[in-house]
Amino acid sequence: MLIAENVHKWYGKFQVLRGVSLTVSPGEVVVIMGPSGSGKSTFIRTFNALEDYQQGRIIIDGTELSADLRNIDTIRQEVGMVFQQFNLFPHLTVLQNVTLAPTYVRKWSKAKAEEVALQLLERVGILEQAQKFPGQLSGGQQQRVAIARALAMQPKIMLFDEPTSALDPEMVREVLDVMRSLAESGMTMIVVTHEVGFAREVADRIILMDEGLLVESASPIEFFQHPKEERTRKFLSQIL
Amino acid sequence: MNAKSKTPIAWLQRNLFNTWYNSLWTIVCFALLSWIAYGVGNWAFNKAQWEVVTSNLPLFFVGRYPADQVWRLWLVLVIVVGTIATGILNRKRRFLFILIPVCVLSILWLIGGGFFLTTVGTNLWNGLLLTLLAASISIVLAFPIGILLALGRQSSLPILRGFCTIYVELVRGLPLIGILFMAQVMLPLVLPSQIQLDRVVRAIAGLVLFNAAYLAENVRGGLQSIPRGQVEAAKALGLNTSLSLLLIVLPQALRTSIPAIVGQFISLFKDTSLLSLFALVELTGITRSILAQPEYLGRYAEVYLFIGLIYWVFCYTMSQVSRKLERKSI
Repeated sequence: MLIAENVHKWYGKFQVLRGVSLTVSPGEVVVIMGPSGSGKSTFIRTFNALEDYQQGRIIIDGTELSADLRNIDTIRQEVGMVFQQFNLFPHLTVLQNVTLAPTYVRKWSKAKAEEVALQLLERVGILEQAQKFPGQLSGGQQQRVAIARALAMQPKIMLFDEPTSALDPEMVREVLDVMRSLAESGMTMIVVTHEVGFAREVADRIILMDEGLLVESASPIEFFQHPKEERTRKFLSQIL
Repeated sequence: MNAKSKTPIAWLQRNLFNTWYNSLWTIVCFALLSWIAYGVGNWAFNKAQWEVVTSNLPLFFVGRYPADQVWRLWLVLVIVVGTIATGILNRKRRFLFILIPVCVLSILWLIGGGFFLTTVGTNLWNGLLLTLLAASISIVLAFPIGILLALGRQSSLPILRGFCTIYVELVRGLPLIGILFMAQVMLPLVLPSQIQLDRVVRAIAGLVLFNAAYLAENVRGGLQSIPRGQVEAAKALGLNTSLSLLLIVLPQALRTSIPAIVGQFISLFKDTSLLSLFALVELTGITRSILAQPEYLGRYAEVYLFIGLIYWVFCYTMSQVSRKLERKSI
């Protein structure tokens, strides 16, 4: 589903990614953890070309990411993304936020786009708020709308970039619940998060990144109970 | 403060006479205001001779537009009011895209003539008519050019960005009067000799070139206020650059810059008075020629007060509309 090979990225002279490789199979849920500044957000943002990279290859669902704009737009249609700051469009209603991309990019009819959008809003538990504007919703509700918005494009992979980091603690759970049910439905997901509970329960595999390198990749049980690397043990001792 | 009583005397006590120095201020200001009001009132009702305004009303509004054709301008007024009313009343705005161009064309046809109507040359488009025409045409043309310049300044193409930056900075460094002079004198020199631009067209060109640069800066301010996350979210959904501009960035940027943009429109409207320096007889121009009539010599105060009121009515309307738009868009 997704293959990243030896990805390198520099910001000027500073090297953020120092050769990271990752393969994700269909339906797999991969959680990426690591201290801040380890390059984990940057890494997943290269998958939909929000960040460029100088070396390496990224192949998504059989298509290699290139600098060609058409190719980038096509890949972005298959890769959904949820941001830390939600990034809903404040001038559009919740429903319009969700129908926008399907109508203009997938060229669906208004009726079809709205039907799908309403189903998704029901799935994330926000149906009653469909006609409100994002500013009228709580953070947790906004993030659930953002998930519905990304799903409306019927992506093959969903990327989550610290989806609960900007939320008040009491709202984290409602977002994680939506993500958990999404994982159960068989969606391929790559999640950057600090939520240990979520990683332990939902992830098929956990990856630790540090200083632009992939340190360890293991199943949740091994990762939390028998970490191989010294760096992982140190990281775990800080967060647990 | 505890319960506010609503009687006028209590209000006066609380707001105007609550301390001895506030009482003093109240009395001083009141005396000053009455003195000014008395002076103005005395002048307006006893000394001023309003005949210069009342007997020249048609001149102020349409100037030397042929009297037997003035019905065409009434029709224009009906079309304008009708279009605005349908725009406000009708919730589905889509058909306005057809309605507005049709209206604009028929308005220009009605004013200028041709096709079964007597032609009225632009030298006969005078007074408030010319002021409104020049201002609205300039606004309609300068606005999209301003947006394009603002986008150009943010472009990643160095040549485009350079051109837009130089244009904006150059125009903003020149006085409007100079640009209007150049439009009148130099535009004919630059253009091929077959093309003869009308005076009015040249003046409008000057206004458009000048105001587009200012509007570009206002719009750029709005563009910069849009968080980067908005564009990233649009990209991540697969929207290409033009879609994300049209659907996400511009609607938000233009809304934040409404006050600045309307401010620019208001000053453009008032700047049309400069056209009177180029033998264009708009509202200020017609005022000058009215004052040149021997029987009205020296009646400056009455006439300028009157046209001042006209300018103010239009500018105030614009700023009210702007406030409505701002409130609507939250």
